[in-house]
Amino acid sequence: MMRFLVIRFLRGLLTLFLVLSFAFLILRSTGDPAMLIMSADAPPEALEAFRKGWGLDAPLWQQYLGYFKNLAQGNFGYSMRDKSPAMDLVLARIPATLSLALPAFVLKLLIGISAGVYAALHRNTWIDRFLISLSIAGYTMPSFVLGLVLVLVFAVGLGWLPSGGDATWQHAILPVITLSLGGAAVLARFTRSAMLEVMGQSYIRTASAKGLVWRRVVLHHAMPNAAIPTLTVIGFMVGSLIAGAVVVESVFSWPGVGRLLVTSVANRDLAVVQSLLLLVATTMVSANLMVDILYGWIDPRVRSGQAAQGKKA
Amino acid sequence: MPLLVRLCSLWIVVVLGIALFADFISPYSYSQLDLLARLRPPAFWGGSSDHWLGTDELGRDVLSRLFHSVRISLLVAFISTLLSATVGVLMGFAAAHFRGWVEQLVLTLVDFQASMPFMIIALAVLAFFGNTLVLFIALMGFYGWERSARIARGLTIAANEQGYASAVYDLGASPWRVYLRHILPNIASTLIVSVTLTFPEVILLESGLSFLGLGVQPPMTSLGNMVGYGREYLQSAPWILLAPSLFIVVTTFSVSMLGDWLRDLLDPTLN
Repeated sequence: MMRFLVIRFLRGLLTLFLVLSFAFLILRSTGDPAMLIMSADAPPEALEAFRKGWGLDAPLWQQYLGYFKNLAQGNFGYSMRDKSPAMDLVLARIPATLSLALPAFVLKLLIGISAGVYAALHRNTWIDRFLISLSIAGYTMPSFVLGLVLVLVFAVGLGWLPSGGDATWQHAILPVITLSLGGAAVLARFTRSAMLEVMGQSYIRTASAKGLVWRRVVLHHAMPNAAIPTLTVIGFMVGSLIAGAVVVESVFSWPGVGRLLVTSVANRDLAVVQSLLLLVATTMVSANLMVDILYGWIDPRVRSGQAAQGKKA
Repeated sequence: MPLLVRLCSLWIVVVLGIALFADFISPYSYSQLDLLARLRPPAFWGGSSDHWLGTDELGRDVLSRLFHSVRISLLVAFISTLLSATVGVLMGFAAAHFRGWVEQLVLTLVDFQASMPFMIIALAVLAFFGNTLVLFIALMGFYGWERSARIARGLTIAANEQGYASAVYDLGASPWRVYLRHILPNIASTLIVSVTLTFPEVILLESGLSFLGLGVQPPMTSLGNMVGYGREYLQSAPWILLAPSLFIVVTTFSVSMLGDWLRDLLDPTLN
């Protein structure tokens, strides 16, 4: 188990390292950061001082090392737009994003898992087929279309809810619904196929043959085993809590991390994009690591060094 | 073939027809302005049959724009999916052929790609390099390569252990010949299924980015692009964005349904 976790941890670090190198190379290959971050008509001394300050006059490999040193010291660069530290700008947006993402996450789990389990238990009935089609529809419906249709119906048509902004808690209702339906659809599909796989196993037949109540078989024998492959999807959802709402935040003018990303991409505010990339990668890697730890905890096969069956998905 | 899948296939044929013949069936040029006929409603919404689906804020015919958007969106999705499948299969072959550190490298890249939301990577690249159609398509071409790579690698390793591949080797065939003429046709059905599932996701990704104004750039138009710009007129002229929205949803739904059906038919082991 320890060996497994250490390997996973190192792999996570490697992924982070790749993301950071990717960001570094891309930033350096697009020209002189001094010119980009300060304006082109800045006095030459200022540019020189900037280059010296960031060590841009050093050879590339030294810059590369220096870049990681800066990151380690918490120096993530400055926004081109208002010169404030890029990471501060990003962190300031996190509460707004989480206030959408967390309720949506809970809804996704509730709707997705119960729909998936229900469909699996009623396999090949009309309700199963209906739920599958609904889930494919939810999965193939782009969030901006769903969001705009909801706005059209509930804000423009009925006038019940506001169409955008973040003034009151009512403003969060439509974005949270938009955000959760797509994820619930994905989760429902995964849960259904995981449940179906488990229900075909002999230990389920044994459990019901020895006279256990069906409820107990489902809750205590089938669902924990079906949870293993589903965990991967949930882990991905946890990892994208911060950056998963890019489109939805834009539709509803919600001042979160996603909208910051879109505006900084449009303004080519590189330091902010880089900080965001780092933050997203870190959340993603930590979420994956957490999933791996949970795997080990739930599935003894992983603990003993065998690969988790569900990981192939 | 179930009825729903039939209907979906029919829709795909219709959409392909629109994309191919957009120039012939469009009543107007997609960029032709008519400032006197701005924001006209569709014919069934109280408008006239001059503009079946109405006009937008510059008096451009929504129907003609819709046809051209379908063409661009499908073109981007088609080339990108092809690129991603090619990259993926080549990487998968390389991993299965060389094993050792090459395989480890490919697997690490696959892990890296799978662990980052693609939209974020795409946005970062667009921020750094700016946006042209060629770059945009090339970027979309990286979407989903890791899935093809994984499948190609797994199946190729299995194929290499089966008799037919080594038999052809022993006959003196070059590795290229073995991979392209013998192994590829054998693993094609699984790959086709995976590609059918990637295609609608690329359409969604493209339309999402274009919706944000960071994908296909005007004066060119794509489905997401139309929705993005039509959003300003959500209240006064919702028809501008309803038609392209409907096309995105029905098209991606149809391809996914078809893909699902193909998967159940061809490859029950795929999840």
